[in-house]
Amino acid sequence: MSNAICIREVRKRYATLQALDGVSLDIEAGEIFGLLGPNGAGKTTLISIIAGLARADSGSVQVMGADVVSDYRNARRMLGVVPQELVFDPFFTVREALEIQSGYFGMRDNRAWIEEILHHLDLSAKADVNMRALSGGMKRRVLVAQALVHKPPVIVLDEPTAGVDVELRQGLWAFVQRLNRDGHTIVLTTHYLEEAEMLCNRIGMLKAGRIVALDSTRNLLENFSGLTLRLRLDRDATGPAAGFPKAEVDGERMVLNLSGFAEIESVLTRLRETGAVIREFDLQPPDLEDVFVRVMAGH
Amino acid sequence: MTSFRTLLYKELLRFWKVGFQTVAAPIMTALLYLLIFSHALGDHVQVYEGVPYEAFLVPGLVMMSVLQNAFANSSSSLIQSKVTGNIIFVLLPPISYIEFFVAYVLASVCRGLIVGCGVLAVTWWFVDLPIRYPLWVLAFAVMGAAILGALGVVAGIWADKFDQLAAFQNFVILPLTFLSGVFYSIHTLPQFWQALSRLNPFFYMIDGFRYGYFGASDVAPAASLAVVAGTLISLSAFTLWLLKAGYKLRH
Repeated sequence: MSNAICIREVRKRYATLQALDGVSLDIEAGEIFGLLGPNGAGKTTLISIIAGLARADSGSVQVMGADVVSDYRNARRMLGVVPQELVFDPFFTVREALEIQSGYFGMRDNRAWIEEILHHLDLSAKADVNMRALSGGMKRRVLVAQALVHKPPVIVLDEPTAGVDVELRQGLWAFVQRLNRDGHTIVLTTHYLEEAEMLCNRIGMLKAGRIVALDSTRNLLENFSGLTLRLRLDRDATGPAAGFPKAEVDGERMVLNLSGFAEIESVLTRLRETGAVIREFDLQPPDLEDVFVRVMAGH
Repeated sequence: MTSFRTLLYKELLRFWKVGFQTVAAPIMTALLYLLIFSHALGDHVQVYEGVPYEAFLVPGLVMMSVLQNAFANSSSSLIQSKVTGNIIFVLLPPISYIEFFVAYVLASVCRGLIVGCGVLAVTWWFVDLPIRYPLWVLAFAVMGAAILGALGVVAGIWADKFDQLAAFQNFVILPLTFLSGVFYSIHTLPQFWQALSRLNPFFYMIDGFRYGYFGASDVAPAASLAVVAGTLISLSAFTLWLLKAGYKLRH
C-alpha cells in the first residue's frame, strides 16, 4: 500500500530540549494511525512539522508524496489539521470562517460541501452564529469542519477529544470512522488509550522524541500485554501465593499476570494443591493502557 | 490567486467589522488635533507664504492618520491572531509568503487610505485646502501606507505579546511620526534637529505628501519620492526574507 505520510529521520531541537530525535515513520494510505505518548513526548512537534507549522532541523516529511518544505503547496492541499488548542477567529460567523478557509485553499465556490459538513457535524443551526457565541464543544466541531473544507485525503487530529463531553466524543469518533471508510487517512493523537485501541489499526508510541513502539494495535496487545487474573481466596493468600513469585497479595486477594489463557489451568491446579478455595475470579483481557505503561517503563 | 484574494478580503472584513474603532475613531482624533493645534498655534505660525497654519496642518494630520492606521492594521491583526492562536488558519493553507505579505500590506494600505480620506473629508468643512498635484498626494499616501503596513507585519511577527507591540508603537512609530514635521516645518528647527529629521524616513513621506497640496516643500519632491521608494523596497525585501524564513511563525 502507498504511504500517505512518509517521515524520515526527523530531528527538532528547541533550545535545550531535543523535541524529536530521529523519528522515521510511514503512515499508510487508508489507515487510522494513533500517535501516543506522554505529555512532552514530541507528538505535537511532529504534527506541526507535518503541517508546516514548524520546520525540522534535519530529515524530511512528505504528505502524499509532496515534500512539506520544497513542495509545500501540494503537501498542504493534501492535509487537514484539527489543532489541539480551541482556536477561533472572533470576527466571523461559522459559515464565514468556513468560506474563508475554503478560499485560502483556492476554492471559489464551496457552498455545497460546506453545507454538507455543517450537516454532518450538527452545526447547521449555528451556521450564522458568531464564533464567540459558541460553546467549547461547538467550537471544536467548527475546527473539524475547517480542517475538512478542502476535502484533504489525509486528516490529522491532535487530541481532538481533550475536554470534550461523552456525547460529542462519540459523535466525533463515529464521524472519523466514516471519513476513514470514505477513503481518508486519519492520524490522531489522544490521551484516551481506550479510544486509540478502539479506533486505530496501527499505533506508534513516542517517548522523549523517539518512536519506542510501532505495530498494529492487535500485535501490540498480543505481544506486550498478558492477561490479568484477580482472585479472592477463602483464606489469607500469602501461603498459597508463595508458589507464584510475581503474585501481588493483599489479604485474601491476589493478582497474577499471565502470558496467555493456557496458563490458567496450571495456576488453578497449583492453587488447589495448597488447599485454597477460590471465592472470586476475574480475568481481564489485555488493554492498550497496559501496553503503554510497559512500553514507557521499558524505555 | 484565490488564496491571496481571500486573505485580502478577510483582512479588509476584519477591520471593517469593527469600523468604529478602526476608521471612525482615528478620524475623530485627527479632527481634535486640528481644532486644538489650529486654535493654539494658528495666529503665531505661518510656514509657507500665503498658507494659513490650519491648511498647513491638515495634510500632516491626514498623512499621520494614514501611516498610524496602516501600521495598526497589519500589526494588530497579526498579534491578535498569534495571541489567540488562530494564526494557524493562515499558516496551514497553501498561501505563499509573497501572497501573505502582499495581502497584509494591501489591507493596511486600504485602511490607511480610507481613514486618510475620512480625515480629509471632515477637515474639508473647516479649512480651505488646495490640491495642486493629486498624483503626488496619492503616490506618497500609498507608498507611506505600504511602508507602515510592512513595518506592522514585522512588528506583529516579532512581538509575542500586546505589551511588546505597544512598546514598538509608542517608542518607535509615534516619535517618528510626531517628529517628522506633521505639526511644523523642519526649517523652523535648530540645525541639529533639522539634520536629525532628515534621517527620519517619515519626514520625507509627510513633506512629499504636503508638496502635492501646496506645490511647496522642505525638500525637493523627487528626492522625497526616491527616499520613500527606497525605504519601501528595502523594508519589503527584509519583511519577505523574514516571512520566507518563517521567523517566529513557523518555528
